[in-house]
Amino acid sequence: MTDTDIAYDDTVDARGSACPGPLMDLIGEMRDADSGTVVRLLSDNDQSLTDVREWVEEAGNELLGVDEDDDYHTFYVEKA
Amino acid sequence: MTVHIAIVGGGTGGTVLANKLAERLGPEIERGDVRVTLLNDGPDHVYKPVWLYVPFGQREPDDGRRPLEELVDDAVDLRIDRVTDLDTDAHQLQTRDGGPMEYDYLVLATGSTLEPERIPGLADGAHDYYSESGATALREELLSFTEGRIVLSVVGTPHMCPAAPLEFVFMVDDWFRERGLREDVEITYTYPIQRVHGNANIGEWARPIMDERGIEVETFFNAESVDPDAETITSMEGTTLEYDLLVGIPPHSSIDLIEEAGLGEDWVDVDKHTLEAEAADDVYALGDTAETGVPNAGSVAHYQAGVVGQRLANEVRGRPATATYDGKTLCFIETGMDSASFVEFDYENPPSPAPPSEKLHWSKLAYNEAYWLTARGLL
Ligand SMILES: Cc1cc2nc3c(=O)[nH]c(=O)nc-3n(C[C@H](O)[C@H](O)[C@H](O)COP(=O)(O)OP(=O)(O)OC[C@H]3O[C@@H](n4cnc5c(N)ncnc54)[C@H](O)[C@@H]3O)c2cc1C
Repeated sequence: MTDTDIAYDDTVDARGSACPGPLMDLIGEMRDADSGTVVRLLSDNDQSLTDVREWVEEAGNELLGVDEDDDYHTFYVEKA
Repeated sequence: MTVHIAIVGGGTGGTVLANKLAERLGPEIERGDVRVTLLNDGPDHVYKPVWLYVPFGQREPDDGRRPLEELVDDAVDLRIDRVTDLDTDAHQLQTRDGGPMEYDYLVLATGSTLEPERIPGLADGAHDYYSESGATALREELLSFTEGRIVLSVVGTPHMCPAAPLEFVFMVDDWFRERGLREDVEITYTYPIQRVHGNANIGEWARPIMDERGIEVETFFNAESVDPDAETITSMEGTTLEYDLLVGIPPHSSIDLIEEAGLGEDWVDVDKHTLEAEAADDVYALGDTAETGVPNAGSVAHYQAGVVGQRLANEVRGRPATATYDGKTLCFIETGMDSASFVEFDYENPPSPAPPSEKLHWSKLAYNEAYWLTARGLL
């Protein structure tokens, strides 16, 4: 899944943060976000590729796209 | 010229550091070349691990309190005052009672602050053992609890002592079993991510023990609100749990002046090896308030104080600061009322929990007693 043209409202830069830091940072941002808000998460932790997907599904939000780069991954999540 | 080192926070990290500096820089302090000030917003040093035992009637909150005056070396200038503002460019602090204070080196060791009000209903509906008043109020409830559902919900992470929520449910389980009441008590544990602990190894170790002992688990549970009248807690993921007694690990944050001073979002951004603040010169942070990615634990604050003490002593003497923190964390994990496990890990080596034993339980209790020597900088 790669789509760099996705518009987003907020960014959570969790690069450098160890697991489960990036997911918790995303959850923290989504907690206060309004429905329809798109949050962009930057993470250099490979574990995020599984746990972010799992949580987004569990919470009923939508993963609009993921960019997997060599240095870090970018996730676009829309709040339900 | 006198070099002034100001330490904010007389908890585990700040107190150990103050005593280590008094020892390392004794001659310089005696000559008036160096001055060390420890600022704390109350006269007592508080040892929080005692609170885990308070709800079970095993310890008193006072067992975790001692006057800082008794613990801190006389060579340290102890000031009971709250720091209210910080200007790192001007190397200046503002204090509530004593006005401004200049420093040459600053160490922030201000710990964690609880913020239950961030979750609607949590402050009214939940008990905790993460504060003296919380632990005392929970004791009143727990000692008279004989049937119903206890829910322990980890609401905020990072939080102090990542093992303490696991310890609490293991202890509660054992405590009701010993008293022949376990069949009448349901225990549910909730955690924000897909496993029962932030660290994968500890999570994988703990989960089968919970299953074996009938402790129900809800993962991916991020509390959104608590309804104290209906006695329910609801998650962002849409799950609602009923409770008779709710024990919440509240959201934690740092003190406001850290963000206001531009030192980081909430916690102080530091180099995780040198513990120097990323955004300001001559500022260190240690313990809970330093963003290093390791657990918020007293053992971490203690080891980090050793590193900062050595670095500051070298800096003051004009030598290169070489000591670094390797992520060392040490933690006893109670697995019942008379057994415990133990983990030790660092940035490179993940934890591998030791088989639970009575010996490790007694080691934890012995460590809690010996702590007062740690605070004095002797252990
Ligand atoms: C229930 C429980 C059980 C725990 N069990 C363990 C355990 O078994 N093992 C373990 O290693 N850790 C344990 N911990 C964690 C441990 O207590 C903390 O991680 C440790 O105290 C952190 O040390 P610190 O120096 O960073 O902060 P603290 O010890 O919290 O000290 C911070 C100090 O700064 C002061 N302060 C804050 N702001 C200001 C200001 N603006 N001006 C002046 N002073 C200020 C505070 O009053 C406080 O005295 C436990 C914690 C809890 C709550």
